[in-house]
Amino acid sequence: MTAPVLIFAIGNESRGDDALGPLLLRDIDNHLKNKDNYQDFELLEDFQLQIEHAMDMKDRQRVLFIDAGMDTPAPFSFYRAKATGEPVLYSHALAPQALLDVYAQVYGESPPDAYILCIKGESFELGESPTPTALNHQALALDFVKQLIDATCWDALATPS
Amino acid sequence: MSVSLETAANPENLRRVAIDPVSRVEGHGKVTILLDDKNRIHQVRLHIVEFRGFEKFIQGRPYWEVPVMVQRLCGICPVSHHLAASKALDAIVGAKHLTPTADKMRRLMHYGQILQSHALHFFHLCSPDLLFGFDSDISKRNIVGVAEKYPETAKRGILLRKFGQEVIRHTAGKRIHGTGSVPGGVNKSLSIAERDELLRDIYQMVSWSREAVHMVKELHHKNPELYNSFGAFRANYMSMVGYDGSLDLYHGRLRGRDENGNMMFDGVDYNDYTDLIGEEVKNWSYMKFPYLKSLGKEKGWYRVGPLSRVQNCDFISTPLAEIERREFMAYSGVMPMHAPLGYHWARMIEMLHAAEMIKDLLHDDDITGSELMTTGERGFEGVGVIEAPRGTLIHHYRVDENDLVTMCNLIVSTTHNNQAMNEAVRRVAQQYLHGHEITEGLLNHIEVAIRAFDPCLSCATHALGKMPLEVEVVGVDGIQLSTLSRSGDGTFCAQ
Repeated sequence: MTAPVLIFAIGNESRGDDALGPLLLRDIDNHLKNKDNYQDFELLEDFQLQIEHAMDMKDRQRVLFIDAGMDTPAPFSFYRAKATGEPVLYSHALAPQALLDVYAQVYGESPPDAYILCIKGESFELGESPTPTALNHQALALDFVKQLIDATCWDALATPS
Repeated sequence: MSVSLETAANPENLRRVAIDPVSRVEGHGKVTILLDDKNRIHQVRLHIVEFRGFEKFIQGRPYWEVPVMVQRLCGICPVSHHLAASKALDAIVGAKHLTPTADKMRRLMHYGQILQSHALHFFHLCSPDLLFGFDSDISKRNIVGVAEKYPETAKRGILLRKFGQEVIRHTAGKRIHGTGSVPGGVNKSLSIAERDELLRDIYQMVSWSREAVHMVKELHHKNPELYNSFGAFRANYMSMVGYDGSLDLYHGRLRGRDENGNMMFDGVDYNDYTDLIGEEVKNWSYMKFPYLKSLGKEKGWYRVGPLSRVQNCDFISTPLAEIERREFMAYSGVMPMHAPLGYHWARMIEMLHAAEMIKDLLHDDDITGSELMTTGERGFEGVGVIEAPRGTLIHHYRVDENDLVTMCNLIVSTTHNNQAMNEAVRRVAQQYLHGHEITEGLLNHIEVAIRAFDPCLSCATHALGKMPLEVEVVGVDGIQLSTLSRSGDGTFCAQ
């Protein structure tokens, strides 16, 4: 059976603060192992979002994308992802919002509720370890995700768009 | 072969247009164009961030970590690096001949990679340009636009890519950071359940791949003037071919032909690649310019990737792809096809071949075998070469007696194609931009030429809001006259 909630971390652990998403996902996994509703969550990760990840969203109630960003407010931002229907420009990677557009086009239905947790990073160079400041942000993000796991309504915790 | 437009005679008197970064390619690329006051082109350069950092990153690591670590070099073709590194490090553990199960599992993984990468590239990165036109409405010129107008095409692209990823998952052990291939062999074979799961869908994938070839072939036949001439330039070409001359993307020897299709070298052992290939440094680019030493720096540059491979081999071992190869060769005529848009046709032939190979391997009992590893006399240096989706990929390592990597040299496909991509953008600039007012649609012509090569310009990193396109027009006096910008969310702005 498909878990109703998908938590999808995006990032490359060999590129400094780009590792924040995968590292946080591991912490979330450890946290969920002690929870009764562990089976309600599926955790996935990849270097970057791609078109086929729309298929991972099928039959979910909610999707949480976790990413690291340079321009996001510290320590993190949490907001609802919305399909824009607007021009999608991308390289080999898609933004979460674009993935929602792809989902809608492929399945002919509205995508599940989707949210973005973007953790503020500082440096994304190859071979670097995550910066201490960013790891602090990640620790605060973990506390926040624990709230989300127990919450029934995520919109109340999201920054209005 | 021309290197005109590489360096302008009087750059200080020209205005500069920069496409920075090039969109819909992996990583960060930048094109700079120098124009005079009548919009005549004097210089065009494609700049690409180099991969040098990766080599230093690997040094000092235990060799057995390398096949997993190198997957972090690229978010698009991690499997190519995984396999090239494994092949190179086979020599360190003395594995001269892999077991049949190991060889076929690696090949299965590789063809899964080719299938998913080619599907992504054609359906989702390039089909918007090909189906709607290079200077069509930018708001529709993307995959969502394709999904809206050609929903079946877009859906097939996604499902083909997803299938390729599933092949990788079952052969590499997991979706990312796979550990399936190790020095000396593999650490898993396919279970019966995994094999049967993939067999359920493979016939559909073969069928869709065949139709994809027909689709791009039809585009060529409908508009030969465009497809045969857009950015066309003559070039040498190189690829690995099987020992029997067949298209073999996993193993073989190096073969090169000149711009007329005549054989320049054949049967070259890739362990001797340093005798064959030199790498030139130019002061305006971070990326090196490989060349064939026998021809020298000026004339020795060459092209790699699907267009080279399909024309360089003698035949394709799978029947449907071979039919398509013959038709492709017949269309080209006596001379090789040099037009960059021909890459798409060749790419789809390779995708069909990959699907057929996956089908054949799934029906081979060795794929579920239990003999996974081989060892032999310990070595201290190894070279591994595969034909990655974008072209020839070379990994070269030296390892000390403590098992630590002391030297790493990588020549990736995009580096091989560096000069060729520069030539393509110069031709397009001459054909379409010369003497015209620069518009977004015209600049996209430049990007179409680059995307035909499917360059992977490094970096599996990304951060939200970090993918803008910015074009600057600067007057002869150095004052900025106008800018065109495109933000990561797709907003386009002219000032």
